[in-house]
Amino acid sequence: MAIGRPVDVAAEIPEATRRHRWLAAVGEFCRKRPLGALGAAVVVVNILVGIGANVIAPYDPLATDYGAMLARPSVTHWLGTDAFGRDVLSRIIYGSRTAMLVGFACAFLGATIGAVIGVASAYFAGKVDLLVQRVMDIFLAFPLIILALAVVSILGTGIGNVIVAIAIPMIPRAALVSRSSALAIREMPYVDAARAAGFRHRRIILRHMLPNVMAPYLIMLTAYLGQAILAEASLTFLGLGVSEPTAAWGLMLRGAAVQFAESAPWMAIFPGLAISLAVFAFNLFGDSLRDALDPRLRAQ
Amino acid sequence: MTDVRRRDAPGVPRHLFVLAAVSIVMLLAGRGADAQERPRYGGELVYVVPTEPASYDGHREGTFALVHPLAPVYSTLLRFDPTDRTGTKVVGDLAESWTVAKDGRTYTFKIRRGVRFHDGSDLTSKDVKASYDKIVNPPADVISFRKGQYTAIEAIEAPDPTTVIFRLKWPAASLITALASPFNWIYKADILAKDMHWYETHVMGSGAFVFVEHVKGAYWAGKKNPSYWDKGKPYLDGYRALVVKDGNAQVAAVRAERAHVQFRGFTPAERDSIVQALGPKVTVQESPWDCVLLVGMNHEKKPWDDKRARRALTLALDRYQGSQALSKIAIVKSVGGVQVPGTPFATPPAELEKLAGYSHDTAKSRAEARRLLKEAGVPEGFAFSLKNRNVPMPYEPVAIWLVDQWRRVGLQARHDFIESTKWEADLREGNYEVAVDTQCSYAVDPDLDLYKFQSMGISGNNYGRYVDQTLDDLYQKQSRALDAEERKKWVRDFERRLLDEEAHYAYTLQWHRIIPHSAKLRGWTITPSHFVNNQLDGVWLSE
Repeated sequence: MAIGRPVDVAAEIPEATRRHRWLAAVGEFCRKRPLGALGAAVVVVNILVGIGANVIAPYDPLATDYGAMLARPSVTHWLGTDAFGRDVLSRIIYGSRTAMLVGFACAFLGATIGAVIGVASAYFAGKVDLLVQRVMDIFLAFPLIILALAVVSILGTGIGNVIVAIAIPMIPRAALVSRSSALAIREMPYVDAARAAGFRHRRIILRHMLPNVMAPYLIMLTAYLGQAILAEASLTFLGLGVSEPTAAWGLMLRGAAVQFAESAPWMAIFPGLAISLAVFAFNLFGDSLRDALDPRLRAQ
Repeated sequence: MTDVRRRDAPGVPRHLFVLAAVSIVMLLAGRGADAQERPRYGGELVYVVPTEPASYDGHREGTFALVHPLAPVYSTLLRFDPTDRTGTKVVGDLAESWTVAKDGRTYTFKIRRGVRFHDGSDLTSKDVKASYDKIVNPPADVISFRKGQYTAIEAIEAPDPTTVIFRLKWPAASLITALASPFNWIYKADILAKDMHWYETHVMGSGAFVFVEHVKGAYWAGKKNPSYWDKGKPYLDGYRALVVKDGNAQVAAVRAERAHVQFRGFTPAERDSIVQALGPKVTVQESPWDCVLLVGMNHEKKPWDDKRARRALTLALDRYQGSQALSKIAIVKSVGGVQVPGTPFATPPAELEKLAGYSHDTAKSRAEARRLLKEAGVPEGFAFSLKNRNVPMPYEPVAIWLVDQWRRVGLQARHDFIESTKWEADLREGNYEVAVDTQCSYAVDPDLDLYKFQSMGISGNNYGRYVDQTLDDLYQKQSRALDAEERKKWVRDFERRLLDEEAHYAYTLQWHRIIPHSAKLRGWTITPSHFVNNQLDGVWLSE
């Protein structure tokens, strides 16, 4: 019996209808989950601020002004200056670029690699699944920040290494969630059909199974964004992340900010708020997205 | 962007400055009173030590983390006068007196009688000779950290129990200073004869205090030595050195009066915080610090093999503005050359200004820097890595300042703030382009301060990786000049070649030592070195 070419249902729907459906879904999300929408708005603002930092920031974030060291918030410097006379607001604005870059890169890498491993593990099952899961269990035994600390101490500091260091602990978490979803998908007739059609394992995993774990994948992605931003700030605060004079929120909380915490509290308060707000927004958005995409929660 | 309209003073409340000033005035008044005040006996001095050493052997280590807790247990042949703020005046410790032969090649020391080790045995010239033999000519498997400072010594003799003779290959202007090293503890000859490594894991000296215990990661303790040779001393019953690695915890310990002092130094903000908390109960002592951060340029990497590029890096620095600004937030202050400003061999400011990067006309210097970079073929926006040690103070603020200064001549330095061990290994192996390097001595002395800058192969820590025969000759000339004026001339020539003509290295700013301590602590004077004045024999507690 010949198997016909699968029909791409999405391609058959007119463009205008698709856009309308998408807008309706966004509208419904905003109406039903206002907190999630608020989180999403903050996330979008963060992204836009990061992208347009060089247009928005009133000052060069690296430019020192020794005549304005530790200046209080004022009309000139809305959020004050740091110990080198650098404008705190400008550094926060540029810092969002660092945070978003690290956050998205880590979350994307961690969730994607984890999803591929998880789905592959479920697909192959048996000894492969057993082995992969035990390895993941080993990694899962370490809290995210501890494992990231260990990795960064091996690889060294710098944005690239920090991204790898934070992404690695995310992989087993993503693998675990993806695997549990993929276990059910593995038993679906279309997977059997693909196997019977003689498709390679790689194709079955990547083209037939992976797209069907997209909902948990998106949830993990948004949840990991907040975690990654927090982990980057923590590593940088500990001196293991990005280095001065790069504008980064975690970096703004260490060094002189600690020394002058009593006399120039704005140095620590505003970057701290930026971190809290970003992480809170990502978590709100992630939670709401989970609720929206999870059929059981949606039913409730 | 430097166009800032509001020019506030740093946000340190004015009353803190007033309080600090009052404390310093009180200190000065107190120092006069110290001389008249009768020392009080009793009490335990509690101080904080920020880190721990790898071994207990002073000859092998180079860290204050060993000297601070263990110097009270040991004696040295000579020492720096504990009342001298310059830390350059040498007095006898075990040596009662000494003479120098006319040719400057024979030094004869008379050793005090009646000095005993803590095990009850007598300390004689035999012990001094054995200790110095270990320092100057150690066996192959024994590490002597400062061996290179004693290359002039040809032989050490102990003709009788109270005489030690040092014979030199050539006259050495710095020998007396070098023999006052706070690390050159006198060990027992019999123990060394049995095991040269014994002192790496054991403590037994002849100092004012007897070692009690060291609980790793927690504290060191010592108690009064009742048989100390200097009758009537020490005044304290004992001491306890608390190991507190975290900077904030160190400040908290002094603020909460859990510790009387931390002898290494605090930052200006930490000083202000302690002064604010304790008011008249604290005394602040400050001094230029014989430590400096240097800009090391790897001569084996382009474009730093070209002296025009190296000169450009130093010309870009506005040291005077840097001094004004950084001294408010970091432990750096004075603008100096190769010697601590104000000390005998230091270059006067007017002469210093003639060196590259020391002019007050920064715009002209930076224009010159840009011209040199262009001539050397270094393009605008040239990027390079600045390797730095991940010790926040003062390495990080100085590096931020450097990166900013170089941006002003079109250079983009990428700050690599790396772990100390890797930083040291990278510098040693030449695995860097430009790096923040450091130079620290236990005394302000040209031999000690300049040794590092001799050619690779002669100096073990010339990380610039250059060979400069002229510089080596100048080092030898100053080292052998017994006349102070002649020596000064050679030191100036050395400085000009090092920092200007060849620009092998660039000096940043001299460190500044700030010690806020309990006003109860008396009889202790700050010096430019955090390695000296830790024997505590003259220290006492007023209540």
